[in-house]
Amino acid sequence: MEKKLQVQARPLFERAIVQRALGDAVRKLDPRQMVKNPVMLVVFVGAIVTSLIVIADVINGRVSGFNVQILLWLWFTVLFANFAEAMAEGRGKAQADALRKTRTQMTARRLHNGKEDRVPAADLKRGDLVVCEAGDVIPGDGEITEGIASVDESAITGESAPVIRESGGDRSAVTGGTRVLSDRIVIRITSEQGNTFLDRMIALVEGAKRQKTPNEIALTILLSGLTIIFLLAVVSLRAFAAYSEAESGLTETTATVPVLVALLVCLIPTTIGGLLSAIGISGMDRMIQRNVLATSGRAVEAAGDVDVLLLDKTGTITLGNRMATNFVPAPQVALDRLADAAQLSSLADETPEGRSIVILAKERFGLRGRELGDLNATFVPFTAQTRMSGVDFPAHGGQAPRSIRKGASDAVKKHIESLGGRFPSEVQSSVDDIAKRGGTPLVVSEGTEILGVIELKDIVKGGMKERFNQLRAMGIRTIMITGDNPLTAAAIAAEAGVDDFMAQATPEDKLRRIRQEQADGHLVAMTGDGTNDAPALAQANVGVAMNTGTQAAREAGNMVDLDSDPTKLIEVVEVGKQLLMTRGALTTFSIANDVAKYFAILPALFGGIYAATPGESGPLAALNIMGLASPESAVLSATIFNALIIVALIPLAIRGVNYRAMGAAAVLQRNLLIFGVGGLIVPFIGIKLIDVIITALGLV
Amino acid sequence: MMKQLFPAIRLLLIMTVLTGVIYPLTMTALGGVLFPTQANGSLITQDGAIVGSALIGQANEDARYFWSRPSAVNYLQSGSPLSGGANLSVINPTLREQVAARAAAIREAHGLAPDATIPNDLITASASGLDPHISVAAAELQIDRVATARGVDREAIAALVQRFTEGRQLGFLGEARVNVLQLNLALDQQ
Amino acid sequence: MTVSDLLQIAVYLGVLTLATPFLGHYMYQVFTGARHLLSPLRPVEQIVYRLGGIDSQTEMRWTAYAWAVLAFNAAGLVFLFVLQLLQGLLPLNPTGLAGVEPFLAFNTAVSFVTNTNWQAYGGEVTLTYFTQMIGLTVQNFVSAGTGIAVLLALTRGLAARSGETLGNFWVDLTRAVIYVLLPLSILWTVAMIGQGVVQNFNDYTTVATLSGETQLIPQGPAASQIAIKQLGTNGGGFFNVNSSHPYENPTPISNFLQMLAILLIPAALTYTYGKMIGSLRQGWVIFAAMMILFVGGLTIMLWAEYSTNPILMEGKEARFGVINSVLWAQATTSASNGSVNAMHSSLSPLAGGVAMLNMLLGEIIFGGVGSGLYGMLIFVILTVFIAGLMVGRTPEYLGKKIESREIQMAIVAVLLPNASVLLLTALAIATETGLASRANPAAHGFSEILYAFASASNNNGSAFAGLNANTPFYNTLLGFAMLIGRFGVIFPVLAIAGSLLPKRVAPPSSGTFPTDRPLFIGLLIAVILIIGALTYFPALTLGPIVQQLLLMGGA
Repeated sequence: MEKKLQVQARPLFERAIVQRALGDAVRKLDPRQMVKNPVMLVVFVGAIVTSLIVIADVINGRVSGFNVQILLWLWFTVLFANFAEAMAEGRGKAQADALRKTRTQMTARRLHNGKEDRVPAADLKRGDLVVCEAGDVIPGDGEITEGIASVDESAITGESAPVIRESGGDRSAVTGGTRVLSDRIVIRITSEQGNTFLDRMIALVEGAKRQKTPNEIALTILLSGLTIIFLLAVVSLRAFAAYSEAESGLTETTATVPVLVALLVCLIPTTIGGLLSAIGISGMDRMIQRNVLATSGRAVEAAGDVDVLLLDKTGTITLGNRMATNFVPAPQVALDRLADAAQLSSLADETPEGRSIVILAKERFGLRGRELGDLNATFVPFTAQTRMSGVDFPAHGGQAPRSIRKGASDAVKKHIESLGGRFPSEVQSSVDDIAKRGGTPLVVSEGTEILGVIELKDIVKGGMKERFNQLRAMGIRTIMITGDNPLTAAAIAAEAGVDDFMAQATPEDKLRRIRQEQADGHLVAMTGDGTNDAPALAQANVGVAMNTGTQAAREAGNMVDLDSDPTKLIEVVEVGKQLLMTRGALTTFSIANDVAKYFAILPALFGGIYAATPGESGPLAALNIMGLASPESAVLSATIFNALIIVALIPLAIRGVNYRAMGAAAVLQRNLLIFGVGGLIVPFIGIKLIDVIITALGLV
Repeated sequence: MMKQLFPAIRLLLIMTVLTGVIYPLTMTALGGVLFPTQANGSLITQDGAIVGSALIGQANEDARYFWSRPSAVNYLQSGSPLSGGANLSVINPTLREQVAARAAAIREAHGLAPDATIPNDLITASASGLDPHISVAAAELQIDRVATARGVDREAIAALVQRFTEGRQLGFLGEARVNVLQLNLALDQQ
Repeated sequence: MTVSDLLQIAVYLGVLTLATPFLGHYMYQVFTGARHLLSPLRPVEQIVYRLGGIDSQTEMRWTAYAWAVLAFNAAGLVFLFVLQLLQGLLPLNPTGLAGVEPFLAFNTAVSFVTNTNWQAYGGEVTLTYFTQMIGLTVQNFVSAGTGIAVLLALTRGLAARSGETLGNFWVDLTRAVIYVLLPLSILWTVAMIGQGVVQNFNDYTTVATLSGETQLIPQGPAASQIAIKQLGTNGGGFFNVNSSHPYENPTPISNFLQMLAILLIPAALTYTYGKMIGSLRQGWVIFAAMMILFVGGLTIMLWAEYSTNPILMEGKEARFGVINSVLWAQATTSASNGSVNAMHSSLSPLAGGVAMLNMLLGEIIFGGVGSGLYGMLIFVILTVFIAGLMVGRTPEYLGKKIESREIQMAIVAVLLPNASVLLLTALAIATETGLASRANPAAHGFSEILYAFASASNNNGSAFAGLNANTPFYNTLLGFAMLIGRFGVIFPVLAIAGSLLPKRVAPPSSGTFPTDRPLFIGLLIAVILIIGALTYFPALTLGPIVQQLLLMGGA
């Protein structure tokens, strides 16, 4: 019964997004924008310098078609990188537009000194009270102060089933833009317009408030460092080339400024530099596609680092409720008699446990459910005093009156002993066994006789064990949080395959546990919804608040799951990891690419140096291992490859690298093979191909 | 920095005394006791006069002696005690010419065919310019010439060369070699 | 290549590997203050602290540690500079040498303080016995001690579970000298004298040669300086031609022991490191990466020499032969030693190129005493960062997160020496003054200049010795290159140590990027080669590579 995720699969190159991105790519040439990305700034400056040289050439009437082509590809390189960023942003904007549609112009019914007046929703202030009745759209984020209502939250969660919201307790928060379906509630507005949940979400998706994350900053420093190193290498190369050419008796240099700029642009990590922000934006975007709203990119990154998950048992690891799984009769009691009595006692019990008993009896013994009314029976409801429920039948057709009870073993024991019955020791040991296995024993009695025990068990969701095994392989420890007693908790933990559990856990225990794990160097993620979860959510490195939770919980966490699905935590971690992996993979790829580029450009630059007779090809022509047609085509091919690879990798940057739950060593090996070794080989092939094509086209 | 400067200077002075005075002086004393000859330069004296060091080669062009390797500093015989190699690159034409000229000279002096291979060490400058050794092949090449010049039996010279051939140390370290000065001194004593 | 060649390599590397755990363990005991073999020398250590006014109990934050390093080195620099200027007035000057000219004195002072030991001078004609002893020998000890101390600080930063201090520089330095460098030097000195290295205060010896000429043979207290020059990866020779001088390195045995001394401490420190961070495996991984790079470079060099060098014995000594010359060249440029027993300028171009590349990679293949390992750890940090991301976690090394600060400092440490090599070489090659010092034309002339700045900027000290570096131009530029190469790395390293120190240690799990497996060794090597090669491929192309191609093309 896992909730189906509704990942909004958007085609990668959606027409509208591509069109908008093309325009944005040009708009991003604004130097104030370019400064933010040091690697691409160098390309930008290089393109400008080359432009000036070409312009000067044109004025002097010496146009070099080769230089013009280099120039074009330099600008393409810049534009392609801008395009990548614009694409990622565009996809976010498209998401935002969809959300924005829900925010039609609303009016709010504000309570003012006990009187209602209608004001535009935009004028609401923090602390204002508003009234919503069936059919009203809730005008802003808030807390229900009065009443209970069913609310359609599909606008933000996509989930069509209505949810119940009521004042007090853990389900009091409502989100602006959702619709009240029944009843009347009074809401205290908790955030100003423009700063509501939805607003923040839209802002984040659009990347308007995007800040570089810590890892992104570190990577930018590394890339800038590499850029400076290559800048030095190329600048000094000018002097080295001049010396070598002079010593070789050459009078004309091949190491012209446009060629050196092309070399520089090829060497600096433009691939990752151009795609870095797209990767970051897409990471946020992928969270949102899973209906998780992260309050910052930093949170998404932290998710990848998490190595301890605190998971609530109920709803996450087990299905919500206990189910009857077995009947254990007392000595000298027939099994079907126990089943019959158990079913009878549960017919009027509308709790999930009760229903599961009826179903089990039906499945095992073909006992059909009967209407209690037909049997003239009286249902005895559960009370806190008796801690039992049951059914009484009056004397009927010669039969003696029957009184069936079921409940906790000590309660039933007290009950029959007060009637003069005896609690058989065999039953007591069944009760103990069941408890030891993690189940809940319910003892059934009729009159003064104990009939046996019903075993109720938590049912672990399908596939959880495999999931936890995967997590373990990834180095993530799972800790189950439950209110159960330690015995029960241990049994369920073992069955579900979690690494550890916390029994009878209070929110304070959770907080303490998180602190302790963090002190041991772990990064902890947890989910929570109650106000008393707020401190733990705030303390956790990744705190995912359920959207159904209280405002306090939502403010404390750094992510909100709009589906309120605690299992989502696992996906959150995966998205975080994928984000970091994509960065690492493209960085590796980008650096590995340089080897081939050197083998293209250096022989082109220095093929004529130290030739036996000046003007002929010299010893360094031997480095042209790709057999590129001419020095011009070599330089151009490398430059074109360098520009096109950015475009070619946009899908990867946006989708993220393929993620599999494996240990770090295996993941590393795989990614190294693909992006490291691949990064070495691919450009050799690509550059050669481009060389063949442009030579055939007669471009050089 | 000022807080660290005081201990810095004091520690530097202590280290200077320890490693710059006590250490070398103790070592000199110890060396003088344990290995007096070696510590003082492995000098060879004949009739009370120092005729050289077993470790420092000498230039020699006399046909009656074995010749050392070419030296960029003429074996300290030009008034300066400064050691040195030629430092020419193997693709430097000057070196090519030098090597060819030396080979031609050796061939001529030993009456060899113009295409005869000469042991490489005999036509190349050593690193120090003081190399006291030549290879065994380089010594053997010169046996005939020395024997002729001295008018003695070839076998006697060959035996002497063999006597002054040092094998690899410990059986595997370094190269087999002949100490030219010691060989030449032995020649004179025969 | 002969069987005997292979045997010499195998024995050399075998002894080095065997010695690593023993010496490494001993140094671990020394630097963690445990009881050890030489604990009876404790009173000497205490006297040093008392006389030095040093509180050995106070630990330093990284900034204080850095200031101490700076103060000590600055004091050494000034002292050595002045000493050279005044040597004419000082004792132990049998040949009546004058004070050293200021540019050369500056260069030489920097050279020895920075553990470079670049020789723009010829010892036997420039420096008095007094200067060599009181000045150079002392710096040989303390610059090596400084390297070890900085490594210890970084190691403590990596290993710390809490705290704010990295140890005490004075204590680390003192212990390095008293318990490690000095005892080993004494052993080596005695062995060297036994083999024939001179150790005296005699006048230069005048000899009447067989052919009736006069030969002037220098003398001096060489053995004691040579022992520490090798053990401390200093490399500055007592004589001009360094360890090819028969008085400095008279026999194959002395040669073997000196070669061993070059890599002994740098190799053993990998073990000490592993021990200090609580994982010997991590230490061995680094050792393995170094060893693979070493053997790889050696293989290329040997191939180039044996297969392509037509003038094989030029610049080599007969007693060492090709194998020991090449092995030494590889060892001395891998370590930031820089002593030579053959003239690198006359090696085949590719072999010379490997020597250059060894230096250009940052002197991390065993590298200098202390400095090799801390340089290697910079690359470890970069490797962890680049590749670590690929496992989907914020990169961490030994459980400590590698973040902006560490990357920033690592980049500075890599960038500064590289900038120094590239820009200063470009400057030299673009000026008449720079070009005038060349001894060879064309590509080799370029190689000479590139080699000089590679050597200085990475604190090696060896040279393509044809280049006349004793000019105000080169003395100044190379002096600055050495300062940048030394302190441009030390301070970022200490900053990294300070930044890592308080970080929480994440316990390892299967999700942790593994840094103790063969894959990591390969990765580390790849990052080193790619960063190094990509930076210098163009320059090396115009020097050694084009020369080698010319050589093989029959030019």
